[in-house]
Amino acid sequence: MNLILVFEQLLNGLQFGVMLFLMAAGLTLVFGIMNLVNLAHGSLYMVGAYLTVAAVQWTGSYPLGVLLGLAGTLVVGMLLEVVALRTLYERDHLDQVLATFGLILFFNELIAILWGRTALFMSLPSYLQGHVEIFPGSIYPLYRVVVIGVGLVVGAALWYVVAKTRLGMLIRAGASNRTMVAALGINIRLLYTVVFGFGAALAGLAGLMAGPIYAVQPGMGELILIQVFVVIVIGGIGSIRGALVGALVVGVVDTLGRAFLKPLLGHFISPPAAEAAGPALASMLIYLLMALVLAVRPEGLFPAKSG
Amino acid sequence: MRARALILAACVLLLLAVPALATLLKQPYYIDLIRRVMIFAIAAVSLNLILGYGGLVSFGHAAYLGVGGYSVGILAFYGIHNGWLQWSVAIAASALVALVIGAISVRTRGIYFIMITLAFTQMLYYLGISVEEYGGDDGMRLKVKSQFSGLIDLGDPVAFYYLVLALLLVCTYLTYRLVNSRFGLVIRAAKSNEARTRAIGFSPYPYQLAAFVISGALCGLAGALLANHTGYVTPAYMDWTRSGEIMFMVILGGMATSPGPALGAFALLVAEDLLAGWTEHWQVILGPLLVLCVLFFKRGLAGLLPGGGKDG
Amino acid sequence: MADAILEVRELRKAFGALAATDGISLEVREGETHAVIGPNGAGKTTLISQLAGNLRPDSGSIRFAGEDVTPLSAPARAHKGFARSFQITSIYRDFSALDNVALAVQAHAGHSFRFWRPAREERALRDPARAMLEEVGLGGRADVLVANLAHGEQRQLEVAMALATRPRLLLLDEPVAGMGLEESQRMVQFLSGLKGRQTIILVEHDMDAVFTLADRISVLVYGRIIASGTPEEVRANPEVRRAYLGEEA
Repeated sequence: MNLILVFEQLLNGLQFGVMLFLMAAGLTLVFGIMNLVNLAHGSLYMVGAYLTVAAVQWTGSYPLGVLLGLAGTLVVGMLLEVVALRTLYERDHLDQVLATFGLILFFNELIAILWGRTALFMSLPSYLQGHVEIFPGSIYPLYRVVVIGVGLVVGAALWYVVAKTRLGMLIRAGASNRTMVAALGINIRLLYTVVFGFGAALAGLAGLMAGPIYAVQPGMGELILIQVFVVIVIGGIGSIRGALVGALVVGVVDTLGRAFLKPLLGHFISPPAAEAAGPALASMLIYLLMALVLAVRPEGLFPAKSG
Repeated sequence: MRARALILAACVLLLLAVPALATLLKQPYYIDLIRRVMIFAIAAVSLNLILGYGGLVSFGHAAYLGVGGYSVGILAFYGIHNGWLQWSVAIAASALVALVIGAISVRTRGIYFIMITLAFTQMLYYLGISVEEYGGDDGMRLKVKSQFSGLIDLGDPVAFYYLVLALLLVCTYLTYRLVNSRFGLVIRAAKSNEARTRAIGFSPYPYQLAAFVISGALCGLAGALLANHTGYVTPAYMDWTRSGEIMFMVILGGMATSPGPALGAFALLVAEDLLAGWTEHWQVILGPLLVLCVLFFKRGLAGLLPGGGKDG
Repeated sequence: MADAILEVRELRKAFGALAATDGISLEVREGETHAVIGPNGAGKTTLISQLAGNLRPDSGSIRFAGEDVTPLSAPARAHKGFARSFQITSIYRDFSALDNVALAVQAHAGHSFRFWRPAREERALRDPARAMLEEVGLGGRADVLVANLAHGEQRQLEVAMALATRPRLLLLDEPVAGMGLEESQRMVQFLSGLKGRQTIILVEHDMDAVFTLADRISVLVYGRIIASGTPEEVRANPEVRRAYLGEEA
């Protein structure tokens, strides 16, 4: 097996993991602080992608389009929180699941009405196309490196905000004791709306970065959402650190599995059997991993609330 | 109570009359439609057991539709058309899958349980897609329906209709007995107050797991019926939005009631059918409707019945 | 000590930096009514929770009738004869009073993997349940939905459920909490009727109840027992007086 190939796939896994992290961070924050299960998080991912495509087309500039797309997703997110999600904070998880499920249907269809069901193409500016040389004689897409870079920077910024700023302190406090924070006179409603907007922007970022790599189409959010759930279960609810670890693990395992399981199996069993079993097993890999983690540590690897 | 019994009896009579009415009005489509609704009603009945009565928010119930459907499809693929065998395998396989998934997930609580059941269903969905042998993404056609050696011909739409109706009534009754038995009371107690249930001496886990398995098995039967009804089996049986739909039927109809699941299935699927006839983009209307329903209509349709719909 | 049916040794439980239970050792005789009192935050409910099996101690042991029950879960202890009432009423609000007690009876009347026969028609469950409700004074309220019972009646139901399991050890966490004068007097009278027949550990704030019912009292402060003995001994103990900051003791 080609070492360079392995390294390339590792980078792909890192890139996928970074996107999972952006989604997971938003979702786990919202759950940790507002105790809200938000299935429509995937829809915000989708909205980010679509708004950016539209904005880039409209302004003719990629950077401007990205900024508008992000800002737009932030606004949509906060609107959603104020209009529809506020009433759900007091409800039990079942209600939240069902209501946000209804929102998914709504968003997917709305996007389909506005832009149709066929996949859209998100073009990249020339300075983001092309390749970098990671090893002598081996090249890797520049864009994916940028994605990894952006993800890591955002991750670091997120860590800084949560660990070192006053807002972050409120977030951490709210995660462990909601009522206390409210009793201290902090405007809880505003905090919630801001946090939710934060999470929406992260999802939107993931969506717009995903555009050129994966398909931009209605329903794109749900495919990644379930993998985000796996990340959160593995990493532990309410913890950014858990989201990061879980995302990287899931991203790398899934990518490497899809790339190498079939040829690996071919060494042990007959090629036609590997041909059939390989892809099937590879797609199940992260779920099996989740089951394993659950068996050993039911609260995940780094749960926010321990004990 | 009398009024409630009468209303429900009238509903059953109406269901019995559908084939005759449909033939009279020269609209055989309705036999198909109502039969499909009843198959999903059976799935909803099975989910109601663990969700409505047990409080286990399983977002992965569509998995068992898939296991049941594929059991029939795969056996037929290999030339085994015996209905008794196919459907027994469908039920047994679903029970087994539920046992495995349940053993892992029932130990968890709250949001973890929701996400894990969802994830496992998705895993089965991906499994279905990647096995090319059985059609992969496109699924397989069921060229020969389940055979019951002359007892009943599933190719006859009316006979099949009455079979499904009978099974729906049987499943509803079985669930009714189950939730009022010793076993059922423990499940309901665990939902109502887990700490108290443990304090008096019940460990909820074995009971909840058993309920999970029974629920999966019943849904597997619905899957076998669905395969025969549509004539093909695809991974879309296990699409997670389908799980959401079944959950909605349970909520809409009224959780923890006997007529609830059937009422919910009817309301949701007939509404979908009507909306779809109206606009291709019916989900943009249905979505917000569902949200409003969750926010303002928690007691469900059964709650509108005299007596409140609750049975004990 | 002769006939100690419950032996607690060096029980410790910490929540982060807070030592809720800081090395508690206790012995209770069979048939004794043992009260645990102390100021708020002393760790009384934490102690009860560890005895009942709801909370795992960090270290220490609990022996019941000569057997080490420390590793046992709450349901397992219930089958050894432990029964508990909760400080904050914890019963089945969507069921009737009779249903509640019948479930407690059911937990100790054979297995519950029975799927067909309606449990509400089982005389073996309903009759003892009805009798228990009569005993605590709720006989006329058997078919009332718990959510519709008065607070005091719900507290009575808590105790009834605990008794319905035929316990060998009753753990009562503030049984008269929130009850009016008349109700608590009735409850105290009822509990004193159990004296000698039941081994009871009673956590209470109501000093009238404590001094009427207790054979021995242990005083809990900051997770430690600072005094243990007969009511007279405890009343006279200067440390106890200090702990209560001059409160009537």
